[in-house]
Amino acid sequence: MTRDRLTNIISSVYAVLIFGFIFLPVIVLVLFSFQDGRLPVPPFNGFSLQWYEAVFADRKLMSALLHSFLVATLSSFLACLLGFLAAYALARFKLPGSAWQRGLLIAPMTVSYLIIALGLLTVLNVLGIGLSLWTVSIGHVVINLPLCFAIIYSSMGDHHINIERAARDLGASDIKVMALVTAPMLLPSLLASFFLSMTFSWDEFIIAFLLSRFDVTLPVEIWSLLRSGLNPKTNAIGSLVFLVSATLLVVLELFLFGRTKKS
Amino acid sequence: MTAPVSIENATKTFGSFTALDAVSLDINAGEFIVLLGPSGCGKTTLLSILGGFLSPTTGRIAIGGKEMTNVPPAKRPTTTMFQDYALFPHMKLKDNVGFGLRMRGVAKAEREERAKGFLDLVGLKSSADKKPHELSGGQRQRVALARALAVDPDVLLLDEPLGALDLKLRRQMQDELKAIQKRVGTTFVHVTHDQEEAMAIADRIVVMNQGKIEDVGPPSEIYMRPRSLFAAGFMGEVNFIPGTISDVNSSQAIVETRLGKVALPKTCFTAAMPSVGQTTTLCIRPEHFRRAGEGDGAVTALGHAAVASSAFFGTHYRCHLRPASAPETSIVAHMPQSAAVMEGQAVTIAVNVGDIVALPSKQA
Repeated sequence: MTRDRLTNIISSVYAVLIFGFIFLPVIVLVLFSFQDGRLPVPPFNGFSLQWYEAVFADRKLMSALLHSFLVATLSSFLACLLGFLAAYALARFKLPGSAWQRGLLIAPMTVSYLIIALGLLTVLNVLGIGLSLWTVSIGHVVINLPLCFAIIYSSMGDHHINIERAARDLGASDIKVMALVTAPMLLPSLLASFFLSMTFSWDEFIIAFLLSRFDVTLPVEIWSLLRSGLNPKTNAIGSLVFLVSATLLVVLELFLFGRTKKS
Repeated sequence: MTAPVSIENATKTFGSFTALDAVSLDINAGEFIVLLGPSGCGKTTLLSILGGFLSPTTGRIAIGGKEMTNVPPAKRPTTTMFQDYALFPHMKLKDNVGFGLRMRGVAKAEREERAKGFLDLVGLKSSADKKPHELSGGQRQRVALARALAVDPDVLLLDEPLGALDLKLRRQMQDELKAIQKRVGTTFVHVTHDQEEAMAIADRIVVMNQGKIEDVGPPSEIYMRPRSLFAAGFMGEVNFIPGTISDVNSSQAIVETRLGKVALPKTCFTAAMPSVGQTTTLCIRPEHFRRAGEGDGAVTALGHAAVASSAFFGTHYRCHLRPASAPETSIVAHMPQSAAVMEGQAVTIAVNVGDIVALPSKQA
């Protein structure tokens, strides 16, 4: 009896410590974004929205926010599209060395972002392509494609083959089969990979930093803000970034749960 | 619409395995053909070749007189109804049924109208806005039928469509399938391994085994006058009694069996003309023992036998008989339900000569 209670207490304390360790920084960040004062450090002087006003008034931050959104949307869409096409080809056709091709597609997952960024930087230099939000998007497609491919490929079951045959039998061309039958059937995993890609692209710093020049994404802009010292404004923008990521994850979770419920 | 189908010497090999071995078959327009055989006999391969999902290794296919051997499924005047129905899970029933019309560029209003017409044909008009997962197995099957018929194919190919249904529903769907086929007039080619299903719906049955056609004909002919031992055995229970032809004259042949000599008219030899010395197998259905003496045909007596065991089946008693002249063989016979059959009882075995089918024995 007492031993059980003791174990219960210990595990509860353990859980509180773990979650505290993970979330305390975020809680502190969010709390001090409401700081009524110039420094985001204790003591908490009082509640104020002035730093959020400052964030929304900052044109550079706002344009970085927009850039981040554009890069995340575009690169996730491309990664999903390419991942879907690759998964379709490998799941439906007998290709030479298909196990190797699958491995090759997933391999970039194991390479660090820094290496990918440096590699792309070299390639872009050689090709004479200037750095811009486009090059950042390319970098994000590179890191997100393996993920999209893996998620979509794993959901392409053999039970869909006959359904695709039926569509072809009724007169659909290959493109129409993919667009009207295969993709809608895979919608949950397509959305899951899209939103997961978006959260990764949204938070990504190294590639965005190395492959951009004048127009930058939000993490890069925050980093340059940080160089001028601690400021509750950085807390405010950080909270906003966190809010967007968390929202995307919740949406993603909903789709993933929706899928497991159906099947 | 409807069209005849002609299969000429179609062969399909997968590596060293011959799934289909030089099959030739002509199907008339508007006919309900059933390809019947055990799994692995090549019936599904033949259907896939007709649908364009497989190309024959050699041989040719023509539908409505047009060469179709290498035409892809989308360009053929055929549609297939798949065993697992293969409905589009994300579409409403009306969109499932209208899919083929959409691919043919039919405007939305018209295709919904026509889709609803076909849903009406299969009795599901009120469910047009439902999705496939809301339906029962039998209903999904009807939607698959409506979807395949909606594009007005010349030939409808059905790949064991009733296989996943329970027995009662299967018998009910057979009747509906047959009625719908009569109404639309399309040529139906239906694959099954259930001989009762085949007899219930077919105009002609094609019995297949090991990649070859064993027998083709209307159900009654295949059952009563099979042209191969395999067809005889697959269509229902049958007694095989081996024998040798000892004499042949202009109208009949004498076959010597362990049960005695039997004089058979030449019409009993469905597969090959009898010749002296040939080994032959007599095929006698269990229910034919019961009919002996009915009608005015000649009756042949096959000696006495003892009832080894019997069981009541409702419409008849099913008995195992041990013939006195060959106690090691066992004969299955049906006795009338009114007969009081006792184990050990002695009975006379007799059959109408016309009911016997004599086929060449298999060469080992």
